[in-house]
Amino acid sequence: MVAGIVGGVVIAAVAAGFAVAWRPAIAAIEPPSPQSFDPALVKRGRELAAIGNCSDCHTVRGGASFAGGLPVPTPFGTVYSSNITPDPETGIGRWSEEAFRRAMRSGVGRDGQHLYPTFPYDHFTNVGDDDDRALYAFLMTRQPVDAPARDNQLAFPLDQRFMVAGWKLLFLRRDNFQPDNSKSAEWNRGAYLVEGLAHCGSCHTPRNVLGAEKSTAQFAGGDVDNWQAYPINSQSPSPVPWTADALFSYLCQGWDPDHGTARGPMAEVVSNLSSVNESDVRAIATYMADVFGAPSEGRVRHGEAVIAQAKAPSTPATQSSVANQAGAAIFAAACAGCHETSRALPYGGVNLALSTALSSPDPRNAINIVLSGVRPVDGERSPIMPGFADSMNDQQVVRLLQFLRSHFSNQPAWSGVEKAVVGARRTQTVFLQTSPGPINAPAEPTQRDKP
Amino acid sequence: MMTLKVNGKDHKIDADPDTPLLYVLRDDLKLNAAKFGCGLGQCGSCTVIVDGKAVLSCVTPILLLEGKQVTTLEGLGTIERPAPIQRAFMEEQAAQCGYCIAGMIMRAQALLQRNSRPTDAQIRAEMEPNLCRCGTHMRILRAIRRASRLMEAADASSAIQETGR
Repeated sequence: MVAGIVGGVVIAAVAAGFAVAWRPAIAAIEPPSPQSFDPALVKRGRELAAIGNCSDCHTVRGGASFAGGLPVPTPFGTVYSSNITPDPETGIGRWSEEAFRRAMRSGVGRDGQHLYPTFPYDHFTNVGDDDDRALYAFLMTRQPVDAPARDNQLAFPLDQRFMVAGWKLLFLRRDNFQPDNSKSAEWNRGAYLVEGLAHCGSCHTPRNVLGAEKSTAQFAGGDVDNWQAYPINSQSPSPVPWTADALFSYLCQGWDPDHGTARGPMAEVVSNLSSVNESDVRAIATYMADVFGAPSEGRVRHGEAVIAQAKAPSTPATQSSVANQAGAAIFAAACAGCHETSRALPYGGVNLALSTALSSPDPRNAINIVLSGVRPVDGERSPIMPGFADSMNDQQVVRLLQFLRSHFSNQPAWSGVEKAVVGARRTQTVFLQTSPGPINAPAEPTQRDKP
Repeated sequence: MMTLKVNGKDHKIDADPDTPLLYVLRDDLKLNAAKFGCGLGQCGSCTVIVDGKAVLSCVTPILLLEGKQVTTLEGLGTIERPAPIQRAFMEEQAAQCGYCIAGMIMRAQALLQRNSRPTDAQIRAEMEPNLCRCGTHMRILRAIRRASRLMEAADASSAIQETGR
């Protein structure tokens, strides 16, 4: 009886859902030859794909570019990225430009299936037709790779793709990006890129219980791969307030003298941006500086004090004057050799008074970097830091972190560092095995202008 | 004064707690296999094994090592009875100038103790932190594969335990 009622409800829901959810397939095409695309359009598409950071999710470490298969952990299960090379059977080789544009605009595959919003079409819906055309031309001229999709690991009912139609009704806003005429052309260009293709909010905006970005907390910080994506609005925890110039140098070259080096998931982002036309990166920096907003007088003063402290001749922590002597001793012995010298970034260690990781309320980024270090980029001069996971036990990492927090930030002590260290040790091991490519940025990008 | 366990023996060490392990090994214990390369944990020539893991001894202060087991190249084998990993490096002639080789061997040994049959990709990923400026990488990779085969008969960790006694 109960089963009958439940069954009836399920059938009714499925029928109603079908009506809302059904999308037609778009006819398969013969894969177009790479020569049929204008090289200038392909080149533009390459830059756009870099701005969109497409390679980050659509490539597994050591795997073929854009062939997909990367496991993306979500609170609902694991979703695997798809093969977006022009392979006719396992990639998008039979997709017309119309099908590609529909996927970008409304998250529907060529065959009419709804795509999971791990593919950030809530942002890509803002990408204009010309840019979609260039992206399509770029992807359709990549090397086709035979790489069948991996099955997502989602529990019922989320494994039913029509459920995504309901999510879209709630959260997918299709009103295209509207320029603000009271702002400069550069600001508007930046806003178009940030809110659209660059999809910064996908990591930097917190999500609600249904996995959608909270529209009331835009850029207030989020989570990605057990890293904290910092708040990049007025709540930014960086000791020195961000400016458009600092953002530009950070996004272009992967580091900024007053903020340090990009690492974790952001490293891939800046690595990609290093190959992009500087005017677009400048536009992103201009818009984001406005999102950060003008810092309070107090923050400006604190920032100036921190820069002065970082520039002052090194004053090694005197072990007798601090409560946490074990932590201070580890810092002096293992860290100060790079972080307390005047060697300039990116090859010297950043003065830790400038570290956003140590000033953030969330200790995970600092823990991750102590455990895993910063790995070099293949074939590039790049910053590097040895990881200490194998030479320090959990308690030693905790004491070090507690010392760094008390010595280098003006923030209250972290709570729960012990638990965070255990968690980071577990997840970093997995991350290092599955992350795509180098996990930090080239210091001196040589990729610019590559065809 | 602290006690440091190196190659199965306890040593009383009279050094500041923040002294890098590398200095203690070379200067106090006269174990000169581990080399000083960069002093910043960036080249791998100082690699030793601590509790089964490859560790950069130049950025590892001895205060972190209370109660831990340190193994250096000297703890693997002897000239008369080289360990499988040492035999493999000799048979493949994997050294040119040799400065990096002690570190290479120790990192490879740590890998093989954990995983006696690593794939090529696993070997390359594991060896990434260790640099060789002569360019004998291909021979080093061959030596590690050979050591893996040599160790298949003998348990990877027994070599250490035997010679460490």
